[in-house]
Amino acid sequence: MITQGAGYLRRKWSSRAMLILSGLGAGLCILILALILGYILFNGISYLNMDFLTQPAKPVGEAGGGMRDDIIGTFILVILGSAIALPVGLMAGVFLAEYGKPWAASAVRFAADILAGVPSIVVGVFAYAVLVRPMGSYSALSAGFALAIIMIPVVARTAEESMRLVPNSVREAALALGIPRWRAVVGVVIPGALTGIVTGIMLAVARIAGETAPLIFTALGSAFGYQGLDQPIGALPLQIYRYALSPYDDWQKQAWAAAFLLVIIVLGINIVVRLVSRRRRR
Amino acid sequence: MVHEAVNQADKESRSEAVAAAPVHVRNILEVKNLSAWYGNMMAVNNLTMSIHSRSITAIIGPSGCGKSTFIRCLNRMHEVSDGGRVEGKVLLDGKDLYARDVDPVEIRRRIGMVFQKPSVFPTMSIFDNVASGISLTRLWSRKRDLQDVVERSLKKAALWEEVKDKLNQSGGSLSGGQQQRLCIARAIAIAPEIILMDEPCSALDPISTLKIEELMLEIKKDYTVIIVTHNMQQAARVSDRTGFMLLGELIEYAPTKEVFTVPKDKRTEDYITGRFG
Ligand SMILES: Nc1ncnc2c1ncn2[C@@H]1O[C@H](COP(=O)(O)OP(=O)(O)OP(=O)(O)O)[C@@H](O)[C@H]1O
Ligand SMILES: [Mg+2]
Repeated sequence: MITQGAGYLRRKWSSRAMLILSGLGAGLCILILALILGYILFNGISYLNMDFLTQPAKPVGEAGGGMRDDIIGTFILVILGSAIALPVGLMAGVFLAEYGKPWAASAVRFAADILAGVPSIVVGVFAYAVLVRPMGSYSALSAGFALAIIMIPVVARTAEESMRLVPNSVREAALALGIPRWRAVVGVVIPGALTGIVTGIMLAVARIAGETAPLIFTALGSAFGYQGLDQPIGALPLQIYRYALSPYDDWQKQAWAAAFLLVIIVLGINIVVRLVSRRRRR
Repeated sequence: MVHEAVNQADKESRSEAVAAAPVHVRNILEVKNLSAWYGNMMAVNNLTMSIHSRSITAIIGPSGCGKSTFIRCLNRMHEVSDGGRVEGKVLLDGKDLYARDVDPVEIRRRIGMVFQKPSVFPTMSIFDNVASGISLTRLWSRKRDLQDVVERSLKKAALWEEVKDKLNQSGGSLSGGQQQRLCIARAIAIAPEIILMDEPCSALDPISTLKIEELMLEIKKDYTVIIVTHNMQQAARVSDRTGFMLLGELIEYAPTKEVFTVPKDKRTEDYITGRFG
């Protein structure tokens, strides 16, 4: 009787300890996010005005100026990266989910997972070696290429997973109607997986929009706005990096504002993803 | 091509001819020494049978005896399963389905299939579901051209009255029984010669079941129907001939009346009287 009681107490307390510890962990998660958002907001909000969004950067010493060119640059790079990564990633996803023999699929899946884990600075160095050096110039193109490398495995794996969620009975029904395999994939499986695929794409976009390390080796940054795909180009994360480390108070403030804008973009994408995937569940 | 095949007048004149001369049946499908495997596991063992055209053939047998595997061999769907392998011949109008130069996609257009679980395409409207067998095999098709086929198929499947005002709604919004009839309409729309049905009523209520049975009796005027069923009464009610399978083998195959009244094999008798196992 007594030993049973002791066992009960121990279980009760260890269960309570677990509850408290896990609650602490969960609370910290939220707290950290709130601190980051609050801090950036506090520092950046005062500089986030129309000028910041619509004016090009001014040289050191001149007051004012904005990040128009870098905002545009980030959009160009995201579009460029997506233009390369979407076809490749989606096709790889189709292969993984629909065509790959088990051994081939698991080899590709393994490669994609490794690729997703490669530090982004390594991707940047790679793009530098294969594009920037041979072309003789930093360029938007090489930056888009580096971002695409980061994006491809994310797109491929999420596309694969959402296509796997389409029940096999649907594929068989299509084949049994005498619909060729590729038409069944394009006409039935992909539409069924579309919300999942779109979700994956948007998360990948959110991810590359904030990447900095690969851009240091490829985009470099530009004081003159967009000059062409084969020329250096500015981007928000690059500018944050540069301005935040600068000794000028004005620039540091702008860096905060840019950080705030970037977080808003990423947050916005995540909220859209939420809405999209909630609609799917209904 | 599809339109011609479904051409109502043509079909009606054909079925009248059959009604006038009911003795004339032909063996539309001849199965010869068919065996099927999943990897190393044999599921159908050296099965031989002939299927009469414009009739309903029922396949009965205990769970796991290979009924589904067998009918999936008849439209080359078995090879879609993991490790699926087939030996033997299936002659459709004398031509072997498994001959080297035969395209399985073509076969599946001539031999349609309805599955146990209604497999409506969830992202498509009711209209698009019915049209899918046509629209997804052409590069391009106009909705106007598909309208006739869709309406006719839905009427044949006894679903038109229930859905005619909501053809643009998602196929998934229908009830289970309606979904199954939608799948039948979809199979009919491509005008196959034979329709395979794998326990089409197992998930349905008695009224939907009755509707589908009536529908089978109706479409048998134009098509050949092969149905797998666990429901002995259903086999007795609708089928012209019944085959009894056990452990991958065809034990008995005869006109339905004979199978249910004077079975030749002791095992058939045990099964239909429920004394099995
Ligand atoms: N995909 C598969 N992979 C491996 N074995 C399978 C597969 N499908 C079926 N089998 C096996 O093949 C045998 C025949 O299965 P089948 O589905 O044809 O039976 P059935 O007569 O249709 O049964 P039920 O009446 O329960 O539907 C069974 O022993 C089953 O375990
Ligand atoms: Mg079965």
